[in-house]
Amino acid sequence: MSETLLKVRGLKIGATVFPPGEKPHDITIVHGVSFDLAPGKVLGLIGESGAGKSTIGLAAMGYGRGGVKITGGEVFVNGRDILKGGIKGLRELRGAEVTYVAQSAAAAFNPAKKLMEQVTEAAISHGKFSKSDAEKRAVALFAKLGLPDPENIGERYPHQVSGGQLQRVMTALALCPEPDLVVFDEPTTALDVTTQIDVLAAIKEAIRDTGVAALYITHDLAVVAQVSDHIMVLRGGNTVEYGDTDQIINAPVDDYTRALVTVRSIDHEEKSPSDNPVLQVKNITARYKGTNFDVLSDINVELHAGQTLAVVGESGSGKSTLARVITGLLPPSHGSIEFGGHTLTPDLPNRPMEDLRELQMIYQMADVAMNPRQTVGTIIGRPLELYFGLRGEEKRKRIRELLEEIEMGDGFVDRYPAELSGGQKQRVCIARCLAAKPKLIICDEVTSALDPLVADGILKLLLDLQKIEDVSYLFITHDLATVRAIADSIAVMYQGRVVRYGPKSEVLAPPFDDYTDLLLSSVPEMELGWLEKVISSRKMESAGN
Amino acid sequence: MKIIPISALIGLFFTFLYFFVAIFAPWIAPYGMAEIVGDVWEPSSSAYWLGTDSIGRDLLTRMIYGGRTTIFIATAATILSFTTGATLGFLAAVSGGWIDQVLSRFVDLIMAIPSLIFALVVLSVMPVTIPVLILVMGLLDATRVFRLSRAVAVDINVMDYVEAAKLRGEGLRWIIFREILPNALSPLVAEMGLRFIFMVLFVSTLSFLGLGVQPPQADWGGIVKENKEGIVYGISAALAPAFAIATLAISVNLVADWVLNRTTSLKGGRG
Repeated sequence: MSETLLKVRGLKIGATVFPPGEKPHDITIVHGVSFDLAPGKVLGLIGESGAGKSTIGLAAMGYGRGGVKITGGEVFVNGRDILKGGIKGLRELRGAEVTYVAQSAAAAFNPAKKLMEQVTEAAISHGKFSKSDAEKRAVALFAKLGLPDPENIGERYPHQVSGGQLQRVMTALALCPEPDLVVFDEPTTALDVTTQIDVLAAIKEAIRDTGVAALYITHDLAVVAQVSDHIMVLRGGNTVEYGDTDQIINAPVDDYTRALVTVRSIDHEEKSPSDNPVLQVKNITARYKGTNFDVLSDINVELHAGQTLAVVGESGSGKSTLARVITGLLPPSHGSIEFGGHTLTPDLPNRPMEDLRELQMIYQMADVAMNPRQTVGTIIGRPLELYFGLRGEEKRKRIRELLEEIEMGDGFVDRYPAELSGGQKQRVCIARCLAAKPKLIICDEVTSALDPLVADGILKLLLDLQKIEDVSYLFITHDLATVRAIADSIAVMYQGRVVRYGPKSEVLAPPFDDYTDLLLSSVPEMELGWLEKVISSRKMESAGN
Repeated sequence: MKIIPISALIGLFFTFLYFFVAIFAPWIAPYGMAEIVGDVWEPSSSAYWLGTDSIGRDLLTRMIYGGRTTIFIATAATILSFTTGATLGFLAAVSGGWIDQVLSRFVDLIMAIPSLIFALVVLSVMPVTIPVLILVMGLLDATRVFRLSRAVAVDINVMDYVEAAKLRGEGLRWIIFREILPNALSPLVAEMGLRFIFMVLFVSTLSFLGLGVQPPQADWGGIVKENKEGIVYGISAALAPAFAIATLAISVNLVADWVLNRTTSLKGGRG
């Protein structure tokens, strides 16, 4: 490294926290991180939530989110210490030398302004280009990023383009003022897996062609392996490992890095279908009130006792709607559901209590699936009261057993959900389901909101519980790695239809139909050069483009 | 949480003082409620701290008894409006469909008529007694509480934990009182402070217009009415109730603010 664009030395960042019931106090969230970035290179910052990766990324622009202060260290951009430049120095830096791409493009764009106006704003206000030159540059960037109709797309409003396209427009926005450094903060995390790799490829190409340096922040090691030259693994505000991409992926030194590299390697042997299905979905067609198209059309799947059926598809494929139909929240317009040997009443209010007990559900967002004003004890205890009439000591004993089963001690009984970590919250939700002694649990994206290692723990727990309780899972997910880890049979959904269905070994074996191939090939792998290989061999464009 | 901010302490002190005086009025007041003790509009003296009123009754005594009536009516009407308004609002939000439509449109209808005019019309055909007053004020104000609690509950109703409760087979009562109410408490408490003061003003207005508390019963609006002529002659007797209403309004809202802050940070709840 002859020349250094970004030099960070001993960066310390603090924040003020307001824990419930205590006095506010200061904590340190980044403990002295140092790294260098040469022009045109990409550094991946990776870690779980709370690792400080976004905070470090924003510090490269001299910015701290609400309540966050940079308390020590130095950040040099082009040899200038930006933390000493004052407001004026920062104004010259941001949007001119360093730009930013946010995670949620939909939330980051002003919905009332046309895209072109927003893309060219920084370049014009910093006096880098005239209006017409900036617009020419924007059109060129749109074309480079593979956006359709680059000449006219700038005339649209943010809601008129898809999520994947909007993320590319944001990349164009960041590149428009010809910055030296772009901070990408989880740019593909909110996108569907099939859209993600197109955007990833577009970003990678744009970085290479414009010669800009980048900080690429993500929690997905497989993604960062595709785009970066160096990787820094962070945990709790400390550097765990820092090296070039090849070394981190193929020869990790630290235990934590090794765990990240080998995540989702659960071995699960597929069970063969028995002859007594717990759940049979027969010719289900459904639509939402007031719409005129079917969200689900003619769905037929079966789930056997003690097994797991994974329903896979991207957003909008109808997989969550299927769960709503089975639970009775959305009565189908056609077809029926057999559960435990009898036909379920289509709408929820008329279902007998026994059916409600045997069919439980776990949600994606554990923090909104639990009443924030109830303690863990109340949350788990309620089904015991409601279904089994347990009271007093008997109920407390059962709650303790359940907490034991989900690998949490009975010290948690009086805690509120806000006092639990993401993984613990999801465990409590699982315990709430188990309390009902159900035959079937519908798991709706239960691991999507969790960090990879935490998600792994939840999946292992679910598998263990399946062995003990002989419960069946209907597992809704977009993540094929999860499916490989736990499914016995798989249904692939696309635009409201099941396009492929069968035992795991058959569904995941060639020959594939076009959509399954696209889906399977879109899952990032921990392998250098994977992205180029996939892009060149794809049969089908993803729907999100 | 253990430290009560100074503003809340001041609010608490004055609110308690007013309620204390209201409850123990017969023991605190120096004279009888309707007892004529001196001349018309005597200035304040050691015998009559605030002077006397338009027919020679002790003004402090009148203020104390007046506060008792006003605070009692306002409190009762607030409780009535919150229980009916919040229950119906939550019910409308959770049930949806035609129940929601009927309740909401009915409330819109009532709200389309200015509540003071509505109250005057009702009170002019009904016997003006304290229970009727409370009922009219409470039910009219319940429409506002209905709108607020319905809006809050609609947001909470779509949370996954409410859906989970429905899937579990919980009844309407559990969903309204155990899932929704605890999470809707913060905005409702804030509104309650405000509503209570509006009730004080409302009953005072009605009394001032002659359709509220009837003489010889004292209440703050009535005291203004009885002494309003005095203002022309530089007699400040009519300002005493105004001052009382203002201090009560401020102190109750200081308390409401504090309760609001407390409940939003409590156990990391909504907010």
